[in-house]
Amino acid sequence: MDAPAVAVRGLVKRYGNVEAVRGIDLEVARGETFGFLGPNGAGKSTTINILCTLVEPTEGHAEVVGLDVVRDRAAVRRRIGLVFQDPTLDAPMSGEQNLRFHQELYGVDRRRAPARREEVLRMVGLWERRGDEVRTYSGGMRRRLEIARGLLHSPQVLFLDEPTIGLDPQTRGTIWDYVAELHRNDRDLGREEITVFVTTHYMDEAEHCDRIAIMNEGRIVALDTPDALKAQVGADRVTITTDDDEAAQRTLRTELGLDPAVREGAVTIAVPDGAGFVPRLFDRLGAHGVAIRSVTVTRPSLDDVFLAHTGTTIRDAEAGPSMHPTAMRMRR
Amino acid sequence: MTTTLRPEALHVPESGLATEARAATVVWQREMIRFVKDRSRILSSLAQPLLFLFVLGTGLGSLLNSSAGGSVGFTTFLFPGVMAISVLFTAAFAGISIVWDREFGFLREMLVAPVSTASILVGKALGGATVATLQCLVLLALAGLVGVPYDPLMLLAMIGLIFLMGFMITSLGLVLAARVRQVQSAMPLVQLVITPLMFLSGALFPLSGLPTWLAVLTHVNPMTYAVEPLRSVVFDHLDVDAATRARFDPGIVWGTWPVPVGVQILITLACCVLLLALAVWRFRRTE
Ligand SMILES: Nc1ncnc2c1ncn2[C@@H]1O[C@H](COP(=O)(O)OP(=O)(O)OP(=O)(O)O)[C@@H](O)[C@H]1O
Ligand SMILES: [Mg+2]
Repeated sequence: MDAPAVAVRGLVKRYGNVEAVRGIDLEVARGETFGFLGPNGAGKSTTINILCTLVEPTEGHAEVVGLDVVRDRAAVRRRIGLVFQDPTLDAPMSGEQNLRFHQELYGVDRRRAPARREEVLRMVGLWERRGDEVRTYSGGMRRRLEIARGLLHSPQVLFLDEPTIGLDPQTRGTIWDYVAELHRNDRDLGREEITVFVTTHYMDEAEHCDRIAIMNEGRIVALDTPDALKAQVGADRVTITTDDDEAAQRTLRTELGLDPAVREGAVTIAVPDGAGFVPRLFDRLGAHGVAIRSVTVTRPSLDDVFLAHTGTTIRDAEAGPSMHPTAMRMRR
Repeated sequence: MTTTLRPEALHVPESGLATEARAATVVWQREMIRFVKDRSRILSSLAQPLLFLFVLGTGLGSLLNSSAGGSVGFTTFLFPGVMAISVLFTAAFAGISIVWDREFGFLREMLVAPVSTASILVGKALGGATVATLQCLVLLALAGLVGVPYDPLMLLAMIGLIFLMGFMITSLGLVLAARVRQVQSAMPLVQLVITPLMFLSGALFPLSGLPTWLAVLTHVNPMTYAVEPLRSVVFDHLDVDAATRARFDPGIVWGTWPVPVGVQILITLACCVLLLALAVWRFRRTE
């Protein structure tokens, strides 16, 4: 059996008296898309940088595809692809020149290098613009080029540190499409799937991951599949507006044994499977002559998960005092 | 789409000399791409040496000519010195430019590759040396205007020495750049270091009959040992008497020992290696 894509034991990183990472344990299986979620300053980038051999841990142990990130630095680097939080492209060079530079730096087989460049450039839709200087690319194009570059040397693990930061929703979606495509492609060819380790602080994006870890103040506070995490925090909410809220409430209580709440002219019911419950709801209320005007089913969001585990919403956490100087600088 | 997005055969090879050489080469190539693209820099960095040569040289020359003998004018003396000044500024800038690479993030792309920091910095130093040499070719073309013959052997030797000097100064620039985080402080730092190196190198005046304090300062300046071989090569190909040569090209004398040109070149080579090693060490520690 292959070693896991990422294995981390008791990882600690201190910068002076700032404890960026406070003892985390983690295992990511091969082929997994693993999400790292947390507010600014949580320690996501620090963890990624340790895994990419850029930063040495103060304590603990980390392995990537079975190789120690401190002892086998070069070996780890050969097997990983990287997209950093901050851009690392050379603006005066063209898109293709940036890729060629990378291939030479990584010693990619020269005979196959041009074909490979074309593949990744086509994948991210930059083939037509390959000859233009990166200076003339939009933010989204630059990000896509960086992802293409991270894939050039066929890494086993791809690290993406906030690949979608500052991008419009559509481009963000595209980037997740690439990730899905990579997996599909590997499956089609019957190969070991690439492992994708991605950080984000957009809650909705975490839905694309097989598993996610929520990190807060240097610790992992929750780790599971998105659905399991949401199930932990509670049931779906079904909110209805009706002709007669009183009657609706009564019916739900007596007929279905539920405990609805009436608030701001709407009836809210907590049920495990909201979508599956709606037909039954219509049926019962209809039988008692209550007309339903609207229905909304709300699944617990990862925001709720985050709130449950950290006591704040991710937005509050972002706006709060943890907006540390480093983060401000990086976000400039 | 069924393109082979991750063909297994394309794995990255184990480290080796060939991989390191490829890395250094591509870093060098990038410097060339930038040089060619930045035409305004090429022109503006020629202005300064030309001013030195023709304005300062002619101006000061008129002061000296009455007493100086032979066919050698002050501009002839100044020619290799101005070459050195051009190298000094071009190469130091090439070295310090890594601060911009850091600022724009590209340094990270280079330093996370599975190659040694030394290969990256060697590529940079070779790039700086090449750019400095290419700049000097334009100046070399003007040799005839200041009474220096177009001797192929002399020109070849000069190009070699200029390249060596360029490598040394780019490495020095890299050493300085290792700790600079702010691009605004990069240029002042270069000026601060380069200006004394220029004045204390014998580029602008002969190193004879200097007061002790000045002689000592020139002798501890590595630039001195890179400038003197250049002047020596030029004077080897001039038709001058011994007295004029002694006056304009007295060489470097430690106490009573005239340091041979071969030793001067060795010292320059040693400085190249030391400075580059220092740069590698500093980059490994800070990045
Ligand atoms: N080089 C450094 N020197 C000192 N402190 C650092 C350094 N890098 C990170 N830190 C500190 O470590 C903590 C974690 O930072 P990190 O960049 O890992 O957070 P993050 O989760 O990636 O945040 P963001 O969402 O803003 O990217 C912060 O308090 C930060 O100030
Ligand atoms: Mg980060």
